[in-house]
Amino acid sequence: MIQLTDVFYRYPNGFEALRSVSLRIERGEFVAVMGENGAGKTTMVKLFNGLLKPTLGTVTVDGARTTELSVAQLSRKVGLVFQNPDHQLFSETVQEEVSFALRNLGFDETTAQKRTAWALSLLDIERYAKTSPFALSGGERKRVALASVLVFDPDYLILDEPTIGQDYAQKERLRQFVVQLNQQGKAVVIVTHDVEFVAQCRPRVVLMSHGRIIADQRAEEVLASEELISQASLVMPQIARLFSLLTDLDFPRNVLDEYEAKQLILDFRRRHGHASAA
Amino acid sequence: MLQLLEGFRFRRRDSVIHRLDPRVKALYAIAVLIAAVLYFELSIMVTICLIQVPLVLLAGIRREWLRSLRGAAFFAAFILVMNLVSGYFYSGIGFTAETIAFALSMTLRFLALMMAFSLFFLTTAPDDLALALEKFRVPHDFTFAFTSAIRFVPELAREVSSIMDAQKSRGLELERGSFTTRIRNYLPILVPMFVRSFERSLELAEAMEARAYGASERRTSLYELTLRRADILALALITVTLTISVYARYFLQLPQLTLPFTG
Repeated sequence: MIQLTDVFYRYPNGFEALRSVSLRIERGEFVAVMGENGAGKTTMVKLFNGLLKPTLGTVTVDGARTTELSVAQLSRKVGLVFQNPDHQLFSETVQEEVSFALRNLGFDETTAQKRTAWALSLLDIERYAKTSPFALSGGERKRVALASVLVFDPDYLILDEPTIGQDYAQKERLRQFVVQLNQQGKAVVIVTHDVEFVAQCRPRVVLMSHGRIIADQRAEEVLASEELISQASLVMPQIARLFSLLTDLDFPRNVLDEYEAKQLILDFRRRHGHASAA
Repeated sequence: MLQLLEGFRFRRRDSVIHRLDPRVKALYAIAVLIAAVLYFELSIMVTICLIQVPLVLLAGIRREWLRSLRGAAFFAAFILVMNLVSGYFYSGIGFTAETIAFALSMTLRFLALMMAFSLFFLTTAPDDLALALEKFRVPHDFTFAFTSAIRFVPELAREVSSIMDAQKSRGLELERGSFTTRIRNYLPILVPMFVRSFERSLELAEAMEARAYGASERRTSLYELTLRRADILALALITVTLTISVYARYFLQLPQLTLPFTG
């Protein structure tokens, strides 16, 4: 479990990025951290693997305080995939890039090879194993970055803005992939502005604004709340917006799923059709 | 390292020093450089360093300036240790007051240069610097490249910080292992940094060409640099001080410091 208790974080330039943040993320949970730019989302997840240490308050990972462990020790449990893959790619081949963390974490050569092959196949990039990561497209580089973290099989996987620069098909593949990882028992935390992506994944949503958590509820409750969404400078997903306009016709407000929406419209049509016939 | 880079980033303030002509401030930094190179005496190095303190206070950049010095502390310590070690072995008589004074003097020389150039860059806008260089007939392409490099320092600092975070998150420990291991550990930082820098420069070039950069052969400037009374006064002061220091070095008998290497 990752636990933040009354955490404050102030950057060296004096900017207070987090104010009294308390949060608990259990193993196997699926959480989306959302909020406007500068809300403190990335700062908060950097506390999870010890890249940043709290100015005040405590952060623990499976009971151990992050202040007492190195980033390398914490990374073994908390894998953080950064927004821009170009900030980490440096090896001559994709294979070397993916196995980089294993060498740092002291895995033996045989295990490292097996795990690298597994991660490459998981992300469907085996064919690029001997290719330079710099020769790949943006979406492929993102997959290499993700593989290079998944390869050491962390218990908590943090993805910072995973959908940026991805086309619809790539996003859909990513969604299926993270849902699958979560179903296998891995805690997945995504930091994102992408309301449509969150609406489709439907995780627990931690909404942040000005360094504070302003909501921590199910996606249906947060994304369909005009008040919360505008407080965090986001927009409601299209389906939620549509249904918020249809509340006069007795439609529920918190609809995020297209199949649920279809069923509600069919039910309405059936009722409306009956009324016309009468 | 990041602190060091931050200490060279222009901060917009309204102060006497900020308002000075960039050519005058450049001359000041060069004068400090010449004086620091001409002299070895510890007392003079201390004086050169102390002279800069009131200027920093006048410019209102104390915090940023101190940050650049903190960033340079590692290099200063390295210079001090190297000079002490070489003084110890080459003088043949171990540590003496002179070898220690010499090592301190070399360290202060480095710090004096850091102080002067940090003061210059912290108080001179990149655009003013470009104007000054063009006044010295430096071709516009070169001045543009130079000022762009300065302008991108904070961006570079941010990027290096992100790269370090990304690699540390994959178990890279920069402070672990022998000296050569530590140097090798910086490879995963340097490669992405260079790749991103090249990519950014290409993106910048394309973005500028898309906005007709270089279409006009004769360039004019919206602002012209003109020397005002304060500039002329500062210019005179710097020139006189520099002339006196050069004259004193070569024509006056100053107490000489015996170099440890020459016995």
